Amino acid sequence: MALLTCQNLSLGYDGKTILSDLNFTVEPGSYLCIVGENGSGKSTLMKTLLGLMPPVSGQILTGDGLTQNQIGYLPQQTDAQKDFPASVWEIVLSGCQSRCGLRPFYNKAEKERARAAIERLHISNLSGRCYRELSGGQQQRVLLARALCATETLLLLDEPVTGLDPKASADFYQMIEELNREDKITIIMVSHDMQAALQYASHILHIGHSVFFGTKEEYQKSDAGRFFTPEGGDKR
Amino acid sequence: MTIFDKLSLYLQYPFVQYALIVGTLIALCSSLLGVTLVLKRFSFIGDGLSHVAFGAMCLAAVFNFTNDMPVVLLITIIAAILLLRTGNNTKIKGDAAIAMISVSSLAFGYLLMNLFSTSSNLSGDVCSTLFGSTSILTLNQTEVWLCVVLSILVVGAFIFFYNKIFAVTFDENFAKATGTKADLYNLIIAVIIAVIIVLAMNLVGSLLISALVIFPALSAMRVFKTFKGVTICSAVISVVCALLGMVISILAGTPVGSTIVAVDLAGFLLFSIIGMIR
Repeated sequence: MALLTCQNLSLGYDGKTILSDLNFTVEPGSYLCIVGENGSGKSTLMKTLLGLMPPVSGQILTGDGLTQNQIGYLPQQTDAQKDFPASVWEIVLSGCQSRCGLRPFYNKAEKERARAAIERLHISNLSGRCYRELSGGQQQRVLLARALCATETLLLLDEPVTGLDPKASADFYQMIEELNREDKITIIMVSHDMQAALQYASHILHIGHSVFFGTKEEYQKSDAGRFFTPEGGDKR
Repeated sequence: MTIFDKLSLYLQYPFVQYALIVGTLIALCSSLLGVTLVLKRFSFIGDGLSHVAFGAMCLAAVFNFTNDMPVVLLITIIAAILLLRTGNNTKIKGDAAIAMISVSSLAFGYLLMNLFSTSSNLSGDVCSTLFGSTSILTLNQTEVWLCVVLSILVVGAFIFFYNKIFAVTFDENFAKATGTKADLYNLIIAVIIAVIIVLAMNLVGSLLISALVIFPALSAMRVFKTFKGVTICSAVISVVCALLGMVISILAGTPVGSTIVAVDLAGFLLFSIIGMIR
């Protein structure tokens, strides 16, 4: 059964519809990249999938018992976070918050979970460091570790490599691919980095003037794909 | 008479003892949420709410309530909830809404006082509400107890919700997306802030409250690097500065509120220098 199914989904805000009749499914273990021009509604789609925004019409069905607290989310960084006085440990641990319910403090299992996420992303050496003093790539890893605390099923990433240098971007994509392949975490990533999308994704959702959904291979043969990948796609 | 003789003489009076107890508690409470407010870009909510509280106090004075605390508390809590709500998604954005509500209630309160007040010293009353008065030195036992109880509630609530406040402050969208009830915790933060503001008006008056809320957090953020460290440090700074300010004002006969704020400012400069050296 599909993890996530969108049926005739229309989205927008303030009563304005910016995207309509979107249909796609996300299978467990797949790696979906959502691409499209600026202003085509990528971020709005992300917010709607996360339940931060109600859809204008249509529905989002979740399967395999996926509930809100099994979703991990890597948001775009806000200005406030850039000078936030908090240690890496405090931030990663806060990913377990939704497991707490009303309980005021984290229990042993949750602390263990945070420790495991930190180790998984190879940032144990940063654990006591202050978040605002880390490099952009390190900060993204910290936020990714926090997202892993919240999920083992589905990870949504919103333009995760914005502002990273090429080396850090490559490292980050590598990490995501590992999580997808080895830990069987389903990935949904909003991106404007077409090259990386074609390199790593299994499925592509292209939104904008023309809408396309399918596997990477289908995308490269489609009109929308050909337009954005002039040479006709993957040259690896 | 040396300074210490003078001080120990003053400390024998119950009203001075009350003032010190209440002042310490208020300083402790007001510093707790400072970090959250600064980081959420809500530094001015203290100002806005305290002006609402000023309006409410004027209202209470006009109706001749003997104990105005409950009325003021209620109105301020409602205003806090409305303000944090407008922060989310309305036509009027957070900072504009705060500015609007705060100046309106200030004007409305003064207007009411002028039209209906029975007091013979109107400008004196207004001035003391705005800049904090000797009222901290004229507290009776009931007011002290009320303040103690409210402070315990505030500190208790803060500790109980500490991890949730952190999660919501650091990243509200993430918290919401992963299933934390962010709106509920924002509401709780609003109520706690309102209680703190009403408490703190006694100490420094409604124009200077922001200083009490913001300065300790800003000072602590210069030096400490973890959320826990910053929170604990700002509580300590706040209490020390408030005590120092009160003692100086008793000895030198300066106004309590502005002396405390001056000491807070000095503390901020000190911590900035320490932060630069490190």
